[in-house]
Amino acid sequence: MTDRLQEVLDRVTRVRGVRGVLLVGVDDGLVVADAVMEGVRANAVAALAASLVQRMARATGTSGIGQPGFLHLEAERGALLMLAVRERLVLVAVAEPGVNVGLVRLELLRGGAEVR
Amino acid sequence: MADDIRSLTAELARDPDSLAFLRLGEALRAADQLDAAVRVVQTGLERHGGHADAHDLHARILIDAGNGAAAGDAWARALALAPRHVGALKGLAFLAFQEGDLDTALDRLETALSENPTDPSVVQALHAVREEAARLEAEIRLRAGADIFAGFEGADHGLLLVSERGLVLGGALRDPSDEDVAEEVAGYVAGAAREATRAARLLELGDWRSLVVEAADGHLHVSLPTSDTVLLVKRERAIPAGRVGLLARRAATAARVWVEAQR
Repeated sequence: MTDRLQEVLDRVTRVRGVRGVLLVGVDDGLVVADAVMEGVRANAVAALAASLVQRMARATGTSGIGQPGFLHLEAERGALLMLAVRERLVLVAVAEPGVNVGLVRLELLRGGAEVR
Repeated sequence: MADDIRSLTAELARDPDSLAFLRLGEALRAADQLDAAVRVVQTGLERHGGHADAHDLHARILIDAGNGAAAGDAWARALALAPRHVGALKGLAFLAFQEGDLDTALDRLETALSENPTDPSVVQALHAVREEAARLEAEIRLRAGADIFAGFEGADHGLLLVSERGLVLGGALRDPSDEDVAEEVAGYVAGAAREATRAARLLELGDWRSLVVEAADGHLHVSLPTSDTVLLVKRERAIPAGRVGLLARRAATAARVWVEAQR
């Protein structure tokens, strides 16, 4: 993992309420790089996020609105925020409930621009 | 044909009590001489009022003459005399079908078929009525589903209610070229909803509330109005995500009301 990539991930984790950030391969659901707190199951997050992105890509493609750029799964006790950063990679943030989604999105977008 | 009519008329004149009036009435009907046919059959019925075939013939002449109500009475009399009279059953099924009473039409034709399983006209009529019943049922389902989001902005192209198995329950979804993509997307969205549920459970996030996707040319908002349905809202990119969320919440309420009403 390059220092630059680690720096990108660390910067996102500095947003209050973010418990971890991962760079994930969409096709295989494997972790490329991660910065997660203890208790966050990086492998499970990666696999599930990739699967979700793949499925929603079929829905958006067929709906005629193109490929997904940003996805937000909001749940009772937290959220998954996903940003497509390259052809087959996605940045995934695991967040607590009440996190400032706009800020996380912004940091993911900044980070995504650097990963590209 | 004219010879038949002449010889049957002569036969009936020789023996007014004979059943020749049935063949004569049929021949006159075939020759489209409906007034004469009615007179012959009515005269015959004065002597043979207990003959079910005569009432059936009378009914068929009346229906040819456009008198459905009288034909129905005649077939009912035939059926009273012979409860499994195939001609009368077919005739009454036809009238029921014309009135849109498909259940009665099906009942009559099924009875007729059980009486004569090889009658091609009964088989054909039964097939036609079943097709119409299926078409009508599909239309009713569609109409009921379309009403879920009546009055909602974009209800005709970007609001879809789907069962957990991916079947379209209501609403509509069209791509930018106005093609109906509801069925296809319904399957994908139901799969994504299941995946979201699995992810939320495995990552101990609790129940999920919404899945919002920003794509190049639009937004998708997915939620679960009930435990066994999935709601999809699609909007153009220019519509703010907050407004899409608001619309999704209102649509989810409408969907819940609709689902409850179906139970």
